[in-house]
Amino acid sequence: MKYSRLILANLFRKKARLILTVGSFAVALFLFTFLAVVKGAFSRGTELAGADRLVVINRVGLINTMPLAYGDRIRQIKGVKFATHNNWFGGVYQDEKNFFPQFVIDPGNQRQVMTEMHVPDDQWKTFVNDRQGAIAGRNLAKRFGWKVGDRIPLQNALYGPTKTWEFNLDGIYTNDKEGGDESQFWLQWDYFYENVPAQVKGQAGWWVLKLDSPDDAVRVGKAVDDTFANSSYETKTETESAFQAGFAKQLGNIQALITTIGSVVFFTLLLVTGNTMAISIRERTGELAVLKAIGFTDRFVLFFVLSESLVIALIGGLIGLGLAFLAIPVVGAKLNGLLPPLLLSVTALGLGVVLAVLVGAASGLLPGIGAMRLRVVDALRRV
Amino acid sequence: MIRVDGRDNSSSLISVRGLNKTYSRGGEKIQVLQGLNLDVDKGDFVAFMGPSGSGKTTLLNLLGGLDVPSAGSITVDGDEITHMSASKLTHWRARHVGFIFQMYNLIPVLTAFQNVELPLLLTKLSKSERRKHVETALAVVGLADRMHHYPRQLSGGQEQRVTIARAIVSDPTFLLCDEPTGDLDRKSADEVMALIDELVGKYNKTILMVTHDPVVAARAHTTLHLDKGVLVEGKTPRESVLAGGAA
Repeated sequence: MKYSRLILANLFRKKARLILTVGSFAVALFLFTFLAVVKGAFSRGTELAGADRLVVINRVGLINTMPLAYGDRIRQIKGVKFATHNNWFGGVYQDEKNFFPQFVIDPGNQRQVMTEMHVPDDQWKTFVNDRQGAIAGRNLAKRFGWKVGDRIPLQNALYGPTKTWEFNLDGIYTNDKEGGDESQFWLQWDYFYENVPAQVKGQAGWWVLKLDSPDDAVRVGKAVDDTFANSSYETKTETESAFQAGFAKQLGNIQALITTIGSVVFFTLLLVTGNTMAISIRERTGELAVLKAIGFTDRFVLFFVLSESLVIALIGGLIGLGLAFLAIPVVGAKLNGLLPPLLLSVTALGLGVVLAVLVGAASGLLPGIGAMRLRVVDALRRV
Repeated sequence: MIRVDGRDNSSSLISVRGLNKTYSRGGEKIQVLQGLNLDVDKGDFVAFMGPSGSGKTTLLNLLGGLDVPSAGSITVDGDEITHMSASKLTHWRARHVGFIFQMYNLIPVLTAFQNVELPLLLTKLSKSERRKHVETALAVVGLADRMHHYPRQLSGGQEQRVTIARAIVSDPTFLLCDEPTGDLDRKSADEVMALIDELVGKYNKTILMVTHDPVVAARAHTTLHLDKGVLVEGKTPRESVLAGGAA
């Protein structure tokens, strides 16, 4: 394009300013992308939740348990295909910072309900027959370098005096869904049941129900809660996605917080780049006046200014997205499973580019309109 | 032939009739030009002189289509420009006017070649055609060997010559020079004026120039004095200089 030389020459007029402005865009886009990925991680549980699964918890709260005997009555409700119960184990592996979710599972029904989580048959068989058996998610095993056959000690203080529970890693599960959780640690119900204090025995943390059809969700949920209404352990039954969303909200309205931070970042970027463009144009008033004098139209002048800001935005944006692309896997690994895997989606990248272009256009628009409206006679008088 | 009597002359390249320009400043109306008439033929070289604030630059801006008059008309080569829209006027300027400014006003981040090429970017010329035109214009001003130099690498006189090359590269109908030597030493000023003389003598260019310098004005065919917004035809500065008096 015959005007590209003029646009590029103007861009490189003040190299330090160009680097700083491009840097602002890069940092902002990096932050935006990172926040979008974190936000996505928080909501992924909801997105990946099975549409045909319900979660039953104690109406008082998730940390309150329910009688194990509820299982039989739940299974009798029409529309419930399978029901499996889980408990939170809450052990510590070597150091408290090595957090990962540990669930005591019901081997008899786990695979029928959590169908997207796959354990090879031979490993599952070993696990079922091993009272101290355990299954780890692929990411979890990778994180600690575990392999099948390893002995995993977990310290636990939730169930009686602090003691070390020993587990045999019998299998590794994988998740069929992209971005699905592979960071859990499952342990045998029987081994747990034998070793907990009497008051915990016969109690389940929550149930996960697999339904005949997602269409039954409302009816079955109501039926479960009605069954245990006015008992000592009333239940609250909701779809798995609602349960996941509620779980994420226990940490606060993270999504709103992330959206707010992202908006502030971009508004600040808009002010910074807008101001930079305005200064840059002010410095060139005389030159723009000459361009207009020799026949460049007002629209051409606007085009020049917008092109400059868009090129800055695109270069900075692409650098920021590139940094995010490189950094997110590293940061994700450092989070030690505190969040579901951080996935940089094509959508997030595309949104980043679109935002960069929008901010670039917006920051160049006002100075561009100013340049467009510049009266040649007035501008030349100022030179 | 340059006339200021306002009598009809259909052969004029530039014809100005009853030109008025009034500015408002702080509620007060200032009349800069009052009923000004002017006829300039092709190949004429006219200098405008007058005290500061007499309206010289305003007249040049009006003739170049950079400003619009309060009343009156300007016709150039048959086109009346006074009623053109801003957009049409911009296109008209690109085709008909070459500007030479006192402060050169080159784009500092472009080379001499690229600065001279600017007006041609608005044309449909191919890259090679543009190159040919630019090289010719730079050769005319004697800067063929400096085409890849940036303005900061040139002297003031050379910068002004690049400005002249930029003004003539698209072969405009006429050139407007606003104090073309105002920022130059005498030697550079003489070189620039020799070049302008050459444009008139050799290439038959029509030039309208504003200057404060009687020696520079002496190069013109005619000098017109602006006083309180009115044009006065007088002795040519050359005659004045030869006669030993002021113009």
